[in-house]
Formats: sequence, structure tokens, C-alpha cells
Amino acid sequence: MGEGGRVNRRDFLRLGLAAGPASLVAACGWTGGPLLEPRLKAFSRINDWVGEKILHSNSRLAREYPVSARTPDMQFPAYSISWNRHRQFPEVPADWGLEVGGLVRKPVRLTLSMLQAMPSVSYTVKHHCVEGWTAVASWTGVPVSAVIGMVEPLPTARYLRFDSFDSGYSNGWDLTSAMHPQTILAYARNDRPLPMARGAPLRLYSPVKLGYKMTKYLTAMTFTAERHGGYWEDQGYPWLGGV
Amino acid sequence: MAAREPVKRHHSAVRLTHWLHALLLLGMIGSGLQIYLAYPHFGPRGEPYPVPNPWDGGGIPGWARLGGWLAGGLNWHFALAWPFVLSGLVYLGYLALSGEWRSLLFRPRDLRPALQMQLYYLRLRREHPPQGKHNALQKAAYTGIVALGAISALTGFAVYKPVQLAWLTALFGGYELARYWHFVAVWIFVAFTLLHVLLVLVVDPASLRAMITGWYRGRFPSHG
Repeated sequence: MGEGGRVNRRDFLRLGLAAGPASLVAACGWTGGPLLEPRLKAFSRINDWVGEKILHSNSRLAREYPVSARTPDMQFPAYSISWNRHRQFPEVPADWGLEVGGLVRKPVRLTLSMLQAMPSVSYTVKHHCVEGWTAVASWTGVPVSAVIGMVEPLPTARYLRFDSFDSGYSNGWDLTSAMHPQTILAYARNDRPLPMARGAPLRLYSPVKLGYKMTKYLTAMTFTAERHGGYWEDQGYPWLGGV
Repeated sequence: MAAREPVKRHHSAVRLTHWLHALLLLGMIGSGLQIYLAYPHFGPRGEPYPVPNPWDGGGIPGWARLGGWLAGGLNWHFALAWPFVLSGLVYLGYLALSGEWRSLLFRPRDLRPALQMQLYYLRLRREHPPQGKHNALQKAAYTGIVALGAISALTGFAVYKPVQLAWLTALFGGYELARYWHFVAVWIFVAFTLLHVLLVLVVDPASLRAMITGWYRGRFPSHG
């Protein structure tokens, strides 16, 4: 570079010669670069709006399947951040409970036995992964809408966020799909207590969302005024993730 | 060749949407192939569909992809999808309002002229069959490619919202098959484009200029 940090004409030419091939190489799997990539993410929010306000309805239920349609366990992928990083499941805190709070009138801490004593929902549904695969399993749990009714959110509450003990994994949710009758806090899968690989002791499940929106290893459900992103969402995945 | 009187061939709405679609299609295919690589198979987990797919397991080169990774591909795909659909609607709207659809839509009565045109191309018939702006085979191709665009958009929505638009997804045989048809459409688009460009360059290069300027100065002015 020229003296004093100024780019002189020769440097400018050199820069151009280098940028040509470099941009060609970058074109292989080009993300859009620092100029376009943020704009694409911003545009994704328009699709979130269309997905939530126009295409989604809480009166539309995901199709249920017979138990015989379940995907064999070995074929149904499971992942967690802890497993991907260290090949071990996250450790359940000794005094585990689900903290339901934030912008609510009556915050509550729910233990597993309290949740299991509440009216439950069971269904066998198709799981849609953002990668493009699908698999079928049965899930049992408490409708999120029942817990929402219990804590009485304040009018200022506009979003939900779900936190976990899996290396900080979290998800931000719209309240509409949280209120969907098939959105549940699941504690059983295929008639058995939720296995560690699937998010024990409690995970979010909803057949109207893509897999990455269903927080496993839940610790907290918090009502917020600001929209929380999430582990994958902050890296660029669509925020709504509705199917 | 003697200089010919230029003939006005393409309205600006057609030229604009034509080139916009060419560009958008390139981006849609590149980002779509990036998305495909996240799970390069068809059929539910544990029950792969026995459908023909030379790209089962991957094999999409880097130069053919857009987005860099799955999320990048998704964001490109879902951003370009809207102008792709809108530009398609503008094109169809222009055809409907201008009456131009008459010279493009392949109808049952075009079957016979299409056969004659095929015989002419195979040199089994001496005279070029009479035609309007486009011959019957062109009509079949241009009607087919619009239908393919519509199928791509519909299968795209079927894969995008298989629960909210369950009726649409069911129309294509379910999520997994809709995803397959969406993929097959790509290769038909690619094949069409290669043949389209080849025929333009070999048979009537002047039509390329007409698609840019709107004015045709080639060998077949009566077809204007």
C-alpha cells in the first residue's frame, strides 16, 4: 500500500487484478458477501412475516399417522450441540425444573411430575428437518397453550424464548405457533420416557415447525417484548421455521 | 444478405421478464442445489424412494452452487423466489392483456402443424409449413416452459409449507415426492435452456438481438 495508508493508483490496479480471480473463486458457493448477505437475512424477515401472518393458521392441524408408520429409531437422526462437540449428552442439572417467567403475571417453576399431572396430548406426526429429510414418531406432552394460560402473560409479551442446558442452545418463537394445539412440552417419545438423545427430560415439540425450532433439554420458557433469535437463527437460518 | 426492414417482435415487458427470468433461474437453481446437498436423497428416512437420481449422495460441484452453506442457500432461494413468481405473473399478465397469448399457447389444433413442422425438420417434407409469429413446435416449447415454471413454483410452495398448504403438497404426492418433482424440474429447465440457446444460435441468431432490442432483422420477417 502507498505511504500513509493511502492507496495509490498502482496499488489500486494491483488490488483490481487480485480481486478479479478472488471473486471468481468466492463465487463457488458464494454467500453474497458482506454487502448482500445481511440484506438476504433482512429479506428473510419478510418471509417470516408472510409465513406467520398469511400462511399459518392455528386451526390447521398437522396430519396424524398410525403408530405403524413410525420411523425405526436408528433411522431417525438426533443431534445436540454437546454431542456434536464433545460426543457426550448434556448433563441434566440436579435440581431440574422448567422456569416459566418473563413478562407474565404468575411465574412458575414446573417439575416433571407437575407436568405429567397436567392433561396431556399424544400424536404420531411427521418431523420435517430443514435439511430436507422427514421421519415419523409419536410424542406425548403438555400443550404449551395450557402453560401459557397458567402464567397469564402481560399485554407487553410479544415473543417467547426457550432455553436449554445444551451448551446455550435456544430458540425464539412467535406466540401464534406457540399457541398451536399441537405445540407441546414433550416428556415421552414412542410411548417411552424421552431418551437423553432426544432432549430429556423435557423438550419442545411441534409438527408445524422445522426440527431446529424445537428446543431440546429445556430449562426455561420466557415471555419477552423483544424478539430473541436462537442458536441456528443467529447464524442465518430462517427465524420462523414454520412448515 | 440484403438489408431488411426491421420488424418489431418483442414488447419491452416480454424482453424484461425474459432476461430477468434467465438471471433469477440461475440463482434459484444454484441456491436450490446448495439446499439439496444438505440431504441428497429422496423419500422418508429409512425408506428411500426408488426414483432415478444420478445425484443421489451429492456430486453437485461448487461452481454450480449459491449460498455457501444450507442457511445461505435457503436465504438466496427464498429471496429470489418472490421476484421469480412476480415476474412470471407480469409476463402472463402481459400475454393476457395484449392478446399475445394467441401466438404462444399450444392448443389441440396445433397438433397437426407440429407434426408437419417435425417432418420438415427431419427433411421428410420440403416446404416450411405456414406459421404465424411462432411455429407449432415453438408454441409447444414456450407453453411447456411456462407450465414448468408454474410447476416449479407450486412444488416449491408444497415443500416450503407442507402442513399449512397440505392440500397442495398432497396434490404432488406428498412432501417427499413434491421435493423430487421440484428437483426434476431443474433438469428440464437446464435441458430446455441448452436446446433453446442452441436453436437460437444455429437456426436464427437474429432472434437473440430481437430479444434484446425488440427489433427483428433476420431471415424470417414474415414470422414477426
